[in-house]
Amino acid sequence: MIPKGYLMRDPTAETAAVQRERLTPPADLSGATIGLLSISKERSAEFLDYVEERLTGRGLNVLRFEKPTHTKPAPESVLQEIIERCDVVVEGLAD
Amino acid sequence: MEYLVIVKRDCETCQMVAPVLADLQNVSTLTLYSQDDTTFPEATGGALDDTSLEESWRHNVEIVPTLIRIENGRETTRTEGWDRADWVRVTGINALGENLPVFRPGCGSKSVEPGMPERLALKFGNMHFESRAIEVDEMDDPAEVAYDRGWTDGLPVIPATDLRIARMLAGTTRKPDEIIGDIPPNLIPCTVEKAAINAVMAGCRPEYFPVVLAAVDAVLKPEFSMHGLLATLWFSGPVIIVNGPVAKRIGMNSQGNALGQGNRANATIGRALQLIIRNVGGGRPQEIDRSILGNPGKYTFCFAEDESDPDWVPLNLARGHAAGTSTVTLFHGDGVQGVADQKSRDPESLARSLALALWSVCHPKLAQWSHAILVLSPDHYAIFREGGWGRAEIEAGIWQALKRPGHEIVEGAGGVEEGIDHARADEMIDKFHPGGLLVVRAGGVGGLFSAIIGGWTAHRRNEDVQIVSQEIGT
Repeated sequence: MIPKGYLMRDPTAETAAVQRERLTPPADLSGATIGLLSISKERSAEFLDYVEERLTGRGLNVLRFEKPTHTKPAPESVLQEIIERCDVVVEGLAD
Repeated sequence: MEYLVIVKRDCETCQMVAPVLADLQNVSTLTLYSQDDTTFPEATGGALDDTSLEESWRHNVEIVPTLIRIENGRETTRTEGWDRADWVRVTGINALGENLPVFRPGCGSKSVEPGMPERLALKFGNMHFESRAIEVDEMDDPAEVAYDRGWTDGLPVIPATDLRIARMLAGTTRKPDEIIGDIPPNLIPCTVEKAAINAVMAGCRPEYFPVVLAAVDAVLKPEFSMHGLLATLWFSGPVIIVNGPVAKRIGMNSQGNALGQGNRANATIGRALQLIIRNVGGGRPQEIDRSILGNPGKYTFCFAEDESDPDWVPLNLARGHAAGTSTVTLFHGDGVQGVADQKSRDPESLARSLALALWSVCHPKLAQWSHAILVLSPDHYAIFREGGWGRAEIEAGIWQALKRPGHEIVEGAGGVEEGIDHARADEMIDKFHPGGLLVVRAGGVGGLFSAIIGGWTAHRRNEDVQIVSQEIGT
């Protein structure tokens, strides 16, 4: 099969997976600040309101974020702010 | 008889032999390929298409025209360019090209233009690489993918495509699957191919690659202790000093700003070594690399010695290599400390002055803790030279001037708790271990300044940790 994309060779010892591994989720959320990122699709706010209520009800810290439009990736400034202020993030869909 | 001929229109010799080819076509089976224009030669009614250069590559054609005699499907002889006697020999036709000059050199085949042999080998040959291919989606930027995967030192890298790797490998005679050695910290066997990938990413040209390989060979010598250098809390990283004809051949900078930015060879050779340690060995900052502060030279630190004065003994000769040999010398070095002396006019004063500055290496009250490089600028060197001092006298003069009474630097002396052991108060103390001061010439004119590159604190164990030199191969 001829790949459509661009091929480059791995410069490493190849002990890492071909696909990037996801970060391991924290085992325990106590004390963590959870970011809720609305993707600005219809009713995502309502959905995240409900999630926030559930999380704060468990005594967790929640911060809310929103990207301007669901049609484009989140601006770097939003991502940076989440990285700066949160330990984990939930990105919210809706419809 | 059967012949195969490869020509191109953009070659006056090919144009000149066109009537000869027409004659040959009339009396034999002629397979004629053109590299650039299938309507050429008109005299033969054109040629078969070899604009892909596949036939030229398969027949190892270096010059056009090339005439190959084929018997029973196999080449039996060939001739290149136009040498009438040789064409007669190959064809056995005595009257061939009688009205043409006796000899005309041919032109270069398009299949051997720079970079083309590697491109053709990848396309038509069985060249392949062992390192796994990472596919970058067409919507992604390869440079960003390299960042995401942790392959860079913080600066962008050149994506290692097969063509770039093939060209890099053409810079050495060493085989791609040769194991250079185990790269610390993870002691991963590193092939020449892996080194080539990292050299591509660092931005090296293929002609730099033997220098990169020599640097890797050098740091893998056990006495260099690359693992410890990578893992140290101290500032040091590998510093590469290049000597010999290779420096001029690949355009290294030994003149103004030799320790700074702006020269591709200086910049990328040092960077390639660091990328190999990072990517193959797994040596990353804040992981196994425990440096408290690091230093900017850990991106890259590589320069050539100025060997322009025939009276100067280059560093590699002083270290026992033969004259005319190209070498790398690997030092465990920190950043650059400038030394100004604008008043000394005789060698004795300047030696004492430089010695004063050298005492600051590691700590002014510690001795034999780390080695150092003294990079003598042209204007400082001129003072020594005019005073009749060469390398031996400079080294001896500075060594002598570096001796200090122990009581001045023992713990607590001068109200500073740091210092050497009280037991040495009555000794005269040498700042460095024997062989621990490298004097190197580099730099531009116009300033009575030189530079000190301090060394690693592990130099205090000077048998375990040694400066190494390595001849640069091919």
